[in-house]
Amino acid sequence: MPLLRVRDLSVTSGSLTLVNGVNLEVNAGERVGLIGESGSGKSLTALAIAGLLGEGLRASGEVSLDGEDLVAATERRRCEVRGSRIAMVFQEPMSALNPTRRIGDQVGETLRIHQGLSRRSAEKAAVDLLRRVEFADPERYVRMYPHELSGGQRQRVMIASAISCDPEVILADEPTTALDVTVQRRVLDLLDRLVDESGCALLLIAHDLAVVSEVCDRVVTMYGGRVVESGSVAQIIDDPHHPYTKALLATSKALSVAETSLGTSLPSIPGTVPNAGQFPRGCPFRDRCDRRVEACVEVPPTLVRDTRTLACWNPVVDDEPVLEEAP
Amino acid sequence: MDAAVRLGRALMPLLRRVGTIAVALWGASVLVFVVLNVLPGSPAQVILGTQATPQAVRQLTIQLGLNKPLLRQYLDWVGGLLHGSLGVSYISHLSIGAQIAQALSVTGPLVLFALIIGLVIGLPLGFLGALRNGRVSGSLIGSLSQIGMAVPTVVAGLLLVIILTVKLHVFPTSGFPGWSDPLQALRALVLPAFSLGLVEGAILSRYVRASVLEQLRSDYLRTARSKGLRVGQALRRHGIRNAAIPLVTVVGLELASLIVGAIVVENVFALPGLGLLLLDSVNNRDLITVQDIAMLVASAVLVINLVVDLSYRLLDPRLKGLS
Repeated sequence: MPLLRVRDLSVTSGSLTLVNGVNLEVNAGERVGLIGESGSGKSLTALAIAGLLGEGLRASGEVSLDGEDLVAATERRRCEVRGSRIAMVFQEPMSALNPTRRIGDQVGETLRIHQGLSRRSAEKAAVDLLRRVEFADPERYVRMYPHELSGGQRQRVMIASAISCDPEVILADEPTTALDVTVQRRVLDLLDRLVDESGCALLLIAHDLAVVSEVCDRVVTMYGGRVVESGSVAQIIDDPHHPYTKALLATSKALSVAETSLGTSLPSIPGTVPNAGQFPRGCPFRDRCDRRVEACVEVPPTLVRDTRTLACWNPVVDDEPVLEEAP
Repeated sequence: MDAAVRLGRALMPLLRRVGTIAVALWGASVLVFVVLNVLPGSPAQVILGTQATPQAVRQLTIQLGLNKPLLRQYLDWVGGLLHGSLGVSYISHLSIGAQIAQALSVTGPLVLFALIIGLVIGLPLGFLGALRNGRVSGSLIGSLSQIGMAVPTVVAGLLLVIILTVKLHVFPTSGFPGWSDPLQALRALVLPAFSLGLVEGAILSRYVRASVLEQLRSDYLRTARSKGLRVGQALRRHGIRNAAIPLVTVVGLELASLIVGAIVVENVFALPGLGLLLLDSVNNRDLITVQDIAMLVASAVLVINLVVDLSYRLLDPRLKGLS
């Protein structure tokens, strides 16, 4: 049984469906990348898994951690799980830390909540945690406030806080997107190393396929609030079947300067991601897809073959393998 | 040396603020003086009444020093203030300082009382309104505070008088027995303080609600919840201090408007406070007393603003070391 199993997860806001029947699994120690453009529903999926959806948003479906459904669980129970077994790293380290509390306080807080540590021992633990996320002088940093740190340092603080209780899963929502390019690499390597050391599972949300291909074992592509394709990194990167994954891949690859000669324009996906509720009926990508066929007005079923899933009426592959419909 | 430099740096913002206040007070003194001296009606004429002969009026004008050039009068007044002497009333020949002190013993407690009532009403209502946002109870609190804001202090005061004193005889209608019997004195202040505090509480609750809502939607509150805190706990540990930063400003402004509001309410309830003294002095053209009260109110407002500014520094570590 997978450690984290998401079945038919939907997120609705009034009559709008923002995340639509998402299925995904994360095994213990596995790293899964969740990719897609902004507005695809990746962050909402992660927030729904953690039970942290904002006001007006409702999750339905099933999110099981070790067989226990968290959507159906009481808020009290979810609070026991959050921080101790499921930890989160958010996109904006600037606003994700409380500006009026010291770093040590905020890093040690999860330990105080779940393991009942005293203020003093939590601060000691915070020093050790900051050392683990490569702060050279952690004793000094625990006394500082977030505004005294750089973006990369703040994100390392967030990571320190996330790993403090040895969670089984870390949900990292675009942890490097808001950072300078020069420190993105360092934060990513750090996250990679810590996940490796602790053996915890990772759900990494990113729109950069290069990041995902480097860190993750498996990739899940989302578009329009649906999972459109998933598979191992090798399968998806080398041989994407969904036109959307392929287009994402093309834009991502072109960003490495070596492959683009000067003067040629970068490839892009035509059109923009529509606002929630304005995706076309049927396959959400069909308006922007160059392989659309008549059948695309219907929502494509998700087909499962071995370790891959695909929801497309006209996949990229020519030698179409026999796919069987999901149960 | 190093410590001295650091102390100096820490005190710099304070010194700068005090300097600003001095300039503002000087401006206020000029304004108050000019406005009152262009007011029609000479004090001597008012004091002596309409039957007085022109000679008598002239004599009194000289006696009061009102024949001196305006600049001279201004300098005499400000010089006196700087030496701590508020002057002597034209009318009662009593020391203005003593009169103001007497009036403050009513107005001060009244304003404080009203502020406490405002806080006791505004804080919990605002919190509840934010936590119940989007539910029926939240909208109910919202509309209650709208009503509270829409009702002017005077109307609220008169309503309270009619209901609680005329009909129910719970509180005295007006007047003040003095502090010799503190219980009776407090009883006399209850209604005026309520009519002041209700409105301020309603206004405050709107700000508290907005501020708490902003906290509830903040990223760091979500982070706190991702650590396993429940919404209420997260708000307590991470929201209150941040929410307090904008609220300190509002409470400061409310305190200032309470001082002004007290002037009106004291007249409704016939309380011998600063407001009544001010109104009497204006009617009697007792210019120096009016000037002194205006300066007192101006200084109070400026000092409140200073305290508000300094408290930011305590609440928000980002402002430390900034000027």
